Amino acid sequence: MKIKTNIYSALGEVSSVYDRRSIWTRSLISLRKAPYTARFGMVIIFGYMLVAIFAPILAPYGEAQVFPKPYAPWSSDYIFGTDQIGRDIFSRMIYGARNTVGIAVATTILAFLIGGVLGLAAAINRSWLDQVLSRSVDVLMAIPSLIFALVLLSIFGSTVSNLIIIIAVLDSTRVYRLTRAVSLNVVVMDYVEAARLRGEGLGWIMRREILPNIMPPLIAEFGLRFCFVFLTIAALSFLGIGIQPPTADWGSMVRENASLIMFAQYDLKAGLTPLLPAAAIALLTVAINFVVDWFLHKTSGLRDDQ
Amino acid sequence: MGVATLFAVSIIIFSSMELLPGDFGQAILGQAATEDTVAAFRRELGLDQPAIVRYGQWLTAVLQGDLGTSFSGRNASGVDRSREVVDLVAPRLRNTLFLASMAALFAIPLSLVLGISTALYRNSVYDRSISMTTLTAISFPEFFVAYILILFLSSLSSVFPSLANVDADTQFGERVYRVALPALTLTLVIVAHMMRMTRAAIINLLASPYIQMARLSGASPTEVILKHALPNAWAPIATVIAFNLAYLVVGVVVVEVVFVYPGIGQLMVDAVARRDIPVVQGCALIFAMTYILLNLIADIIGIVTNPRLLYPK
Repeated sequence: MKIKTNIYSALGEVSSVYDRRSIWTRSLISLRKAPYTARFGMVIIFGYMLVAIFAPILAPYGEAQVFPKPYAPWSSDYIFGTDQIGRDIFSRMIYGARNTVGIAVATTILAFLIGGVLGLAAAINRSWLDQVLSRSVDVLMAIPSLIFALVLLSIFGSTVSNLIIIIAVLDSTRVYRLTRAVSLNVVVMDYVEAARLRGEGLGWIMRREILPNIMPPLIAEFGLRFCFVFLTIAALSFLGIGIQPPTADWGSMVRENASLIMFAQYDLKAGLTPLLPAAAIALLTVAINFVVDWFLHKTSGLRDDQ
Repeated sequence: MGVATLFAVSIIIFSSMELLPGDFGQAILGQAATEDTVAAFRRELGLDQPAIVRYGQWLTAVLQGDLGTSFSGRNASGVDRSREVVDLVAPRLRNTLFLASMAALFAIPLSLVLGISTALYRNSVYDRSISMTTLTAISFPEFFVAYILILFLSSLSSVFPSLANVDADTQFGERVYRVALPALTLTLVIVAHMMRMTRAAIINLLASPYIQMARLSGASPTEVILKHALPNAWAPIATVIAFNLAYLVVGVVVVEVVFVYPGIGQLMVDAVARRDIPVVQGCALIFAMTYILLNLIADIIGIVTNPRLLYPK
């Protein structure tokens, strides 16, 4: 398929057909150009996914298996020791990847479904629907989301499904704003008008005409939203009103073992134990931020200078 | 606009009481409560009246500074040892404001200096390293920063105490010493945000034609930034500061719990765990009010420094 560059022949140029690069080749090429920070981020995210999927195989003990040795030090039996009632911390960290990250992913997807659909609908149908939705989103955003989540959790109680729904609804306001803003530019295009005249329904216009054109900012926002949701859930669990024990979760693990930190001057490893789950949270958010930064840089000049 | 938002927020917070499932009177007073005490409790809350009437009463009471009575301290025998929400909130609010203002005192000048200097030496090693550090710091959960600080400054070298327990009698100097770690945590968390946004605001301005003009007329880079860019950047920077002070309001909740600081955030978390709705309502109202007020102030500063905003095109 190579064109000889030293001689020019019109026939040669016409007859040699370029293969259309498949999506894999294209992503492979852009991956090769990715900066080190983005590659580092992708490796970390991939690692977390593996750990979350294969948690039962990787973990040496069960998630809530109790041993008669509370606060055991680091050893070959218990790699990071045991917690206050004798559960293996290393196993709980591995299961935590599944629980914490899984819940955060579910919440983010739900938030995008709600916010994305409503945002698109408001952008297409710019009448009373847009007004009602935008004003109610303004009011919801006037209350800091962590505080609002606390109020709602105190009413409905802290179960996992409540947690997911409440945080998804609160976060969908931000998604709504972004979707509406970016799709407003697309809605006025002629091809959308053509589709409307063709008699396509709301659903078609949303999915086939507008959505493909607003994908890049939405994907980047998905990464950032995920970080935010992940940190909110971790903060709530840390406060003791998020994911409830005995489910292993990084936020609550920090709180349960927090007192160990004061023993750092006698045994540094013990002092580090409560930091491990927190570090796991931090590492994942840093990795995602790196990847999102690169992605934004690549798809548009957006946030180029920040 | 601000008043309308506050009004809507008050309705939401009030309706949180409405959403409580079923007969929570029984749940709060315990299994042993007789029907009479439960009925009396319901009457005291006014649950026998329609919601709109109760909302009116609640709103007037709140406007007069009465946030209702806490649920805790009641028991089955009908003896009422509960406390007024205002009495619970007031001393803690003072503590929280003290902590937040201390963090703001450090954070605002620091982030302004960092933001301006990184905009000045854009794309240098200095700028890149600071950008990397702040990007990393933003991604950290607050409690991670807090525990790292405890590990190094309290556990390993005991410079500062790890628990910030203060009461009304604590002297000012002692108080500052005890809240040093929580204030430092909050500072680190918001400096990262503020610095990045300040830098972005100034760099945004540097692209305008009049800056180009100033450069062509021979002004030095420092002069361009301080004399030409900064006066126009005050509005976005004020927005950034107000936004981050509002963020401080939220961050304070987690930090107070880490350091067992007797502030309003910790009160709220405890109340949520006990499902003590009046206290939760009171705290949420205070947080939301602060948040809305700060955003309003940012808008006002923006208009004062740039009166053109008053007249939309």
